[in-house]
Amino acid sequence: MAETTFTIDEMPIPFTPGQTILEAAKAAGIYIPHLCYHPELKAHGGCKMCTVLVNGRPQTACTQKAAAGQEVDVDTPELNAMRRTLVQMLFIEGNHFCPGCEKSGACQLQALGYEYEMLTPHFVELYPERKVDASHPDVLIEFNRCVLCELCVRASRDIDHKEVFGIAGRGRDAHLVVNSPTGKLGDSALAVTDRAVQVCPVGAIIVKRVGFAAAPIGERIYDKSPISAEVDVNESSEAR
Amino acid sequence: MPTADPVVSAIAEKYRNNPTYVLQILRETQEALDWISPETVETVAAQLKIPRTRVQSVLQFYSFLYDKPRGRYRILFADNITDRMAGNIALFEHMLSRLKLKRGEVSSDGQVSVDLTSDTGMCDQGPAMLVNNRAIPRLTMRRIDEICALVKERVPLEEWPADYFRVEDNIRRRETLLTSIAPGVALDAAIARGRQGMLDEIKRSNVRGRGGAGFPMGTKWEGARNAPGAERYIVCNADEGEPGTFKDRVLLNSFSVRVLEGMAIAGYATGATKGFIYLRGEYKHLQAKLQREIDEMRASGRLGASIRGAPGFDFDIEIHMGAGGYICGEGTAMVESLEGKPGRPRVRPPSMVQVGYRGKPTVVDNVESLAHATEIAVEGGAHFAKRGTRFSTGTKLLSISGDCERPGVYEYQFGVTIGRVLEDCGAKAISAVQIGGASGVLLTPDDFSRRIAFEDVPTAGAFMVFGPDRDIFEVARNFAQFFAHESCGFCTPCRVGTTVQRNIMEKIAEGRGSRYEINELKRVVAFMQRTSHCGLGETAGNAVRDALSKFRPAFERRLRAKDFEPAIDLERALEPARRITGRDDAEAHLETES
Ligand SMILES: Cc1cc2nc3c(=O)[nH]c(=O)nc-3n(C[C@H](O)[C@H](O)[C@H](O)COP(=O)(O)O)c2cc1C
Ligand code: SF4
Ligand code: SF4
Ligand code: FES
Repeated sequence: MAETTFTIDEMPIPFTPGQTILEAAKAAGIYIPHLCYHPELKAHGGCKMCTVLVNGRPQTACTQKAAAGQEVDVDTPELNAMRRTLVQMLFIEGNHFCPGCEKSGACQLQALGYEYEMLTPHFVELYPERKVDASHPDVLIEFNRCVLCELCVRASRDIDHKEVFGIAGRGRDAHLVVNSPTGKLGDSALAVTDRAVQVCPVGAIIVKRVGFAAAPIGERIYDKSPISAEVDVNESSEAR
Repeated sequence: MPTADPVVSAIAEKYRNNPTYVLQILRETQEALDWISPETVETVAAQLKIPRTRVQSVLQFYSFLYDKPRGRYRILFADNITDRMAGNIALFEHMLSRLKLKRGEVSSDGQVSVDLTSDTGMCDQGPAMLVNNRAIPRLTMRRIDEICALVKERVPLEEWPADYFRVEDNIRRRETLLTSIAPGVALDAAIARGRQGMLDEIKRSNVRGRGGAGFPMGTKWEGARNAPGAERYIVCNADEGEPGTFKDRVLLNSFSVRVLEGMAIAGYATGATKGFIYLRGEYKHLQAKLQREIDEMRASGRLGASIRGAPGFDFDIEIHMGAGGYICGEGTAMVESLEGKPGRPRVRPPSMVQVGYRGKPTVVDNVESLAHATEIAVEGGAHFAKRGTRFSTGTKLLSISGDCERPGVYEYQFGVTIGRVLEDCGAKAISAVQIGGASGVLLTPDDFSRRIAFEDVPTAGAFMVFGPDRDIFEVARNFAQFFAHESCGFCTPCRVGTTVQRNIMEKIAEGRGSRYEINELKRVVAFMQRTSHCGLGETAGNAVRDALSKFRPAFERRLRAKDFEPAIDLERALEPARRITGRDDAEAHLETES
């Protein structure tokens, strides 16, 4: 059977019909940055980190299907600058104080900041007022760090079949809501073993009593290798 | 106040407890209870058997639904730039002071709240307001005083003088579309051509969508017709949310035969049997009238089964009310909203003609586009294509407002020059025209020989005229506020970018901008344009970009003569410290620069 291919940065990449550009790239060992994508969940397409040029047009690699003959640009100075701007926007939109965050070193947002050479937040911080929900015995939500990727929403709905989370509010008021009579996590059906707890790419959903003991500085996921080395799903933080 | 349960159950029963109708159910519940309390959310969720988070996500998405206590009178002043030019802010402040209220706050007796909202489709007769979604145009100080008196005396809205609510058509120029047509004529013509024949005529006419994008209507209809499956839908896009447009309001009010029969013709040609009119919440005043006409059509065999006796020509129409949200005018967001969800644009592909409303092939067409289908049915595509230009056939409605003598709706053949339009509407001295609304383009006299056509200046029809005394910076600032308010929040670049853009414009407006902000605006605009998920984010910076390139002095004038000005205003930042320490002496202030 003749192999179907498209190109990424001028290299031929094989794909199977139905695969997205992101999936095909991953299978070929090429990193395309992403934040709201997770291999077990239906694509979302909102964070825009995976934006690539497909025949010159910006497209999200996590939703766009690979097609024979497509010319895809991934690693270009323009796209990388755009990704840095996206990360900066996500930083200023919430309240991210990395040194005090348990997820530091294992956080995909922070790792993307390093990857795209973000030295400053660049934009004026919006400093939203958001509360912490510590009502659950085993799990904590730090809304200040939520990047609205909706991974927990999708995992709870499609894997855990509980629909514990939702997104409410429009525009800058968009925020995570918890499905319980009080709106508190402690009164919801969430269990610490839920997939929804594990998929959060940042330090917004945190398992209690683990804290900084998970891994000392120097041993954390992204201390050892940058996020761009995560091309094999089984070795990445996503599978943990 | 009635308790939530019986009210909610009655409304939900009417919609057969179908969660697809949650937005309609919330709208009607609010009409009965004034706001949607957490208890009401619980009741609705239980009654519809859906998670409460889904009810919350809808409740908190739409501007006209309230999750905080509201009173009997929920007043919103339209705040488009044309309302500002007509003095809405003075009226707004007058009302606030008469009612002793702050913006957005509910009065101490729990009766009334007063706030601002985006454009309400009344730019030709502004300043305008909405009271519980009912439009009151042509506001004056006197009218505000009268309304304040009615509110204080707690006169029910239904008993307010009917004259307040009168909305004028203001038709100033007609060609072929703004002419009446006898009921049934277009339907009979379509039936005589047959389904394929009707589709062929639409294709032959080369008619392009009037909602903005200009997509060929025949291609869209054919795509839906050819998509697999038996169930198909027609959606009439009557969201008309683009600031500065109001021509669909006039079509719906006075040419509804064309609009409704146009929908049925679309059903006939594509095989769809069900149509929705997505009517913006601001046009609630048209709802009952349209419903009566739909009922009348059903009674007279122009809707329902075997329309006009044609076997298998089955079609019906349902009105779906919006609840405040510009983004719901975007086709895929509209379908999400119809499904009872927040109006967030979908990921494409698949296209709507393949996978639309409830996963079925769906055609979303603008009101005006559908109305043209009646012309094409009657006269044929070739005849239709004789009007206008080669690439933009037929006529176009323009909504004209701002600094001109005769604001209103004008019908022209495509290809008319901007200069001609300005002359006709009595715009004398002009410094700029915003064409296509907040997301459109700002043109100056150099461009006035250009033509309204998809191949030159494309537009859904908004035409806002600015005289020489208008401050174009304020125009751009108003639009920047609009986009920050209307971004749906789905994608990062627009959700954050529109706020960044607005904040920079505010900083410049406060006189604290510098060269740096100008360059930053340019970067943010280009970034949003390139990376946003939908047309809203892609165009959210157009107005700022155009104002910067064509009216740079309007920005320069406000800048501090510095390359950079910190975001933080030190003097202002000391305020909390002064408050806490109870000090206000000279030592507690920075030395003011002079
Ligand atoms: C943010 C946004 C708002 C829109 N609002 C409207 C609208 O109010 N009315 C409309 O007809 N089209 C609107 N559109 C265009 C629709 O997406 C779609 O192209 C149109 O309804 C298709 O109908 P047409 O082909 O007849 O123009 C909007 C698009 C965007 C991106
Ligand atoms: S809590 Fe985490 S997983 Fe959920 S939306 Fe926020 S960032 Fe994403
Ligand atoms: S561009 Fe704006 S309106 Fe469109 S999907 Fe993104 S956030 Fe929503
Ligand atoms: S990973 Fe593709 S948009 Fe977020």
